[in-house]
Amino acid sequence: MKRVSIQTADFDAAAELAALEALGGGGVASFTGIVRGEGGLTALELEHYPAMTLPQVQRIADEAMARWPLLGLRVIHRVGPLEPGARIVFVGTASRHRTAALESCAYLIDWLKSHAPFWKKEHFTDGAARWVEARPEDEEKARGWTR
Amino acid sequence: MATLTLVYFAWVREAIGLDEERIERPASGTTIADLVAALASRGGGYAEALSDSSRLRAALDQRFVPFDDPIGEARELALFPPVTGG
Repeated sequence: MKRVSIQTADFDAAAELAALEALGGGGVASFTGIVRGEGGLTALELEHYPAMTLPQVQRIADEAMARWPLLGLRVIHRVGPLEPGARIVFVGTASRHRTAALESCAYLIDWLKSHAPFWKKEHFTDGAARWVEARPEDEEKARGWTR
Repeated sequence: MATLTLVYFAWVREAIGLDEERIERPASGTTIADLVAALASRGGGYAEALSDSSRLRAALDQRFVPFDDPIGEARELALFPPVTGG
């Protein structure tokens, strides 16, 4: 099972985990990203490149399926305006082996952060807004998987 | 005449004031860096967004590519800041 979704709607992380557990592999790993409400943040806006996002995330998912013995892989990435506390992203992997589940989950989130065409803009209570800058250490983490 | 669609995202889009535009496709040996320099020379928001290519990334026909790649027969060039998803 490999499923990738780019959507504005929220998702049910528990239902996604249950679907991965039902594959019977014995091991499920997951990561859920949540909007932090620090520094007077009122909204996080996620922009993306619609023609590229889904194919690019599919490629990253295919890489993970090729690299680890996975029974299932689920990626959900939200776009549009999100409030503090809202879920942004879900990555779940199922395998017979814990190392495969944990490593592939980390690989997927690291590559989504630095190789999928999403951009975040922060809006604050005082009306200010700023685009989030890419962090060199995120790129470094993703590159770490190629070594 | 072949056209090239330019698409912009995040602060590149905001500075230029357009989501996308169509231009005549440059000669196939033209690199992305060459075209970006030509666009920056339009001045105004183009200069603001595109003068410093170290702050930019590019995708040609929905594939990430380095700035020294030629545009070739591509139909779409996207210009944007480094991505910040996840």
